[in-house]
Amino acid sequence: MAESKLWRELGLTDREFELIVEQMGRKPNDVELNMYSVMWSEHCCYKHSLSSLKLFPTAGERVIQGPGENAGVVDIGDGWCAVFKIESHNHPSAVEPYQGAATGIGGILRDIFTMGAQPVAFLNSLRFGDLTSVRNRYLFDGVVAGIGGYGNCVGIPTVGGEIYFEPCYGGNPLVNAMCVGIMPIDRLVLGKAGGVGNLVVLAGARTGRDGIHGVTFASEELSGQSEEKRPAVQVGDPFLGKLLMDATLEVIEKKLVSGVQDLGGAGLTCALTETASRAGTGVVVDLDQVPLREEGMHSFEILTSESQERMLLIVEPGKLKAVEEVFKRWELQLAVLGEVTDSKMVVARHHGVTVAEVPAASVSGGSPVYNPESREPEYYRRLADFDPLILPAPGDYRKVLLKLLAAPDIASKEWVWRRYDYMVRTCTVQGPGGDAAVIRLRKTGKALAVSTDGNGRYTYLDPYRGGMMAVAEATRNVSCTGAEPIGITDCLNFGNPEKPEIYWQFRQAVEGMAEACRALEVPVVGGNVSFYNEVEGEAVYPTPVVGAVGLLKDLHKHCGISLRRKGDLLLLLGPEVLSLGGSQYLKTCCGKVAGGLPEIDLETEKNVQLLLRRLIDEELISSAHDLSDGGLAVALAESCISGSIGAEVKLKEKSNLLLDLFGEGPSRVLISLDEKNMERVRKLAGDFKIAVCEIGTAAGDTLIISCGGDIIIEVKVSAMSAAYKEVFSCIME
Amino acid sequence: MKFGVIVFPGSNCDLDAYYLIRDILREPVEYIHYNEESIKQCDVIILPGGFTYGDYLRSGAIARFSPIMSAVTDFAGRGGAILGICNGFQVLTESGLLPGALYRNNHLQFRCEQVFVRVENNSLPFTRSASLGKVLEMPVAHGDGSYYAPPELLYVMEKNNQIVFRYTDADGNVTPAANPNGSIENIAGVCNSRGNVIGMMPHPERAGEKLLGSRHGLIIFKSIISYFQNREVV
Amino acid sequence: MVLDPQGAAVKNSLKALGYEDVSQVRVGKYIELTIEAPGREDASARVDEMSRRLLSNPVIEDFSYTLEEAGV
Repeated sequence: MAESKLWRELGLTDREFELIVEQMGRKPNDVELNMYSVMWSEHCCYKHSLSSLKLFPTAGERVIQGPGENAGVVDIGDGWCAVFKIESHNHPSAVEPYQGAATGIGGILRDIFTMGAQPVAFLNSLRFGDLTSVRNRYLFDGVVAGIGGYGNCVGIPTVGGEIYFEPCYGGNPLVNAMCVGIMPIDRLVLGKAGGVGNLVVLAGARTGRDGIHGVTFASEELSGQSEEKRPAVQVGDPFLGKLLMDATLEVIEKKLVSGVQDLGGAGLTCALTETASRAGTGVVVDLDQVPLREEGMHSFEILTSESQERMLLIVEPGKLKAVEEVFKRWELQLAVLGEVTDSKMVVARHHGVTVAEVPAASVSGGSPVYNPESREPEYYRRLADFDPLILPAPGDYRKVLLKLLAAPDIASKEWVWRRYDYMVRTCTVQGPGGDAAVIRLRKTGKALAVSTDGNGRYTYLDPYRGGMMAVAEATRNVSCTGAEPIGITDCLNFGNPEKPEIYWQFRQAVEGMAEACRALEVPVVGGNVSFYNEVEGEAVYPTPVVGAVGLLKDLHKHCGISLRRKGDLLLLLGPEVLSLGGSQYLKTCCGKVAGGLPEIDLETEKNVQLLLRRLIDEELISSAHDLSDGGLAVALAESCISGSIGAEVKLKEKSNLLLDLFGEGPSRVLISLDEKNMERVRKLAGDFKIAVCEIGTAAGDTLIISCGGDIIIEVKVSAMSAAYKEVFSCIME
Repeated sequence: MKFGVIVFPGSNCDLDAYYLIRDILREPVEYIHYNEESIKQCDVIILPGGFTYGDYLRSGAIARFSPIMSAVTDFAGRGGAILGICNGFQVLTESGLLPGALYRNNHLQFRCEQVFVRVENNSLPFTRSASLGKVLEMPVAHGDGSYYAPPELLYVMEKNNQIVFRYTDADGNVTPAANPNGSIENIAGVCNSRGNVIGMMPHPERAGEKLLGSRHGLIIFKSIISYFQNREVV
Repeated sequence: MVLDPQGAAVKNSLKALGYEDVSQVRVGKYIELTIEAPGREDASARVDEMSRRLLSNPVIEDFSYTLEEAGV
């Protein structure tokens, strides 16, 4: 037979194939080539991103485990640690929104409990196209249903997230899921196949043909033919996922397993090669022992299937019986596939013959690392030069405010989050709808604050600054509850990195994020890169999403966004560096995504967060709300709506009203406080060199904003609330 | 007295009930695994919320055949106090220990939110500490919570005072807007004719601390505790 | 007739798509069982019993079934 060049069909380049031959010392057979192709796909080996990801600071005194494992691990004191990670499931959700999202939740859940941690919260970050399209409404509704369908069933609360709508996400929605878990530090288990002679055991669902080459699918652009790729989408079984979680956590707690790895992208191939490669060992497995759901599966299908709800356990022979007993309690079966060897090879036998024999470290970790070509896109300077202030000022600011409050990006997402069980486990002290969610840690009196943030418009207009802003906002949101950010996880959603303009966006964004992480002293402990988010050659906005985790030392001091008492003073903390460039006002009211982003000073950002945490710790303030989309006016409205209290606000005379009300800028926070604390707050703000501007009072049932005696906006809180809360039921039902 | 919390495969509010009883109410409590055959001398049995068997087929339909359910059924027959919450309520209707059925929410979506329910019968072991007509704030979190009973059954239940809770607004008015799932007659909870078995869709175990938004759920647990205290005195 | 919110929702969607001629939609479950039985009558009795005990809930569901001989 002539050389079929199968590797090309499997998505490998000729050069990569040569490299495989070189590393193996021979030509791979078809089964081995399939294993390489899935493991050397972008999704698994990060070949286009690795050189940039090295820019992130990943160490810190709290960091127990940085990137490279199933999830990051951070010390939270009292002998406990937080384990968290965010991951994308964009392409599967584009073709089958319910299952795509559901299996995204299942996958990130397994990443957390694989380490031994009890999952305590889900968050997400979603992007869809414009909701005027039936297809986009279908995708939106299906993704939300899928997230709830899986998360609600496994009994882990979905406590927060963010959702934006832009035409660029129409054919390629973004579905990023984050999970946070906690555990005693000494329980940590890694995905290592250590101990020669230990058993390699497969637990959970039977293996079927679902999801074969899912990772390759995730590493290609979507096209009109993507619908036909439906077989690549996996189906989730949250019931089994929950049983598997409980059983796995129990065998880890009882110290019955020496290594654990979940089966996700690239299935058994990934689990076997990664665990062996991390431990510097080898494994030999018999594929005839894998419980199958379908007859006649080929060796490569068994090795690359992405059937959900499966775990790989490394077990000392003497402990197998005890492990089996735990799994049997939940009616779960185990299959002993083989054992750990010292050969550094992953050997698979099927029907009595060896079908694959590959060096573990080569399949998992031997892929080339690329430094793709980078080129500034043409649009960048053109859009940055646009000056939003040349646009005519609106006649009626009240209308603008109501329009912004009803814009899907800003409007209350209650229609979404009431479909998620955000309270199960009874630890949700602050649920969705605020700047960050707050989850108590039982017994310690402490809490975790968690938030996901990203702004595709910002990153599109200025990837470097947009990257910084994403880190700044996520950590600021956490600080707004009073918690100290202790680590972040990131999901980098971009187009095809082989295009120089896309790689430029990526590199710039990572550089910006890395700089912000260093300045704010918050390490990146894990994450995920999702490239090839393109349809018919059109990329989505570059969208880095940051999941931040913070530690609140006294959970009773947590702070929310709601105005709490009439008579409280309203203060604005932070610099007056504002821009309408890339703003929600420009998008919603002028239909434009253009202009330069406001500058961000990371020293100021750090100080404003330190100040906030100090103010909250000293119990000086009643509320804190980060200013983001829609600027001051929207932040005021949200705090009023959330607290069912009005406010009287006076703007400085001679101000540019449009900029003051709706301009956006980083490092700004709206706080409310009892007048008696004013002096102390001013003193502390001075100590941290943060500008303070007293803007008004919480009062009545109406938001009144005036300037130099003229009332500019006067609107009842109930009217704002109606505009803010009824949008999605109107659009979707 | 001792509480027992049944753990079915897929239960996920078992620990919430357990923590509330142990840490807030400070009463003895233990888990009872679905494969066990005895309720271990417990005085009060709680069937917690969750998704037993993934809610596959119908919510609660498969769990009712668990080994532990024969012991629970015997206990009910002896007049034992049983509280089914959310999915636990569904298991109780499926197993015939409570009348009626729970159907897909009328809007077809899962719904998690704070609601108000009014106490319609305060003569039961689980409601005796509440005043009649008292409005309680508690969360719901379910996809299949629309209570249904055919008219002739409903008539009998009304006559026997078997409607325990109805969804209302904050002021105690039964309105369509206060009904989160399309339940017939705004029914949120019912009991059997003897009054020892009750089921409710709202989660009293999630309303036990101010920190979490409401403490109104405690009255259900305090009622049953006081019921036993009084009985022990007698 | 038992209530069927899913059927009502499907009907509304069909209407929105222009299928005005649809006057009723009922959504139910379709369950396939393969059972071994000496004859049709035995099979029928078994299926009837299973349907009443587990597969349906008489308060909110009806059931009907057909038998087909599986290829041996």
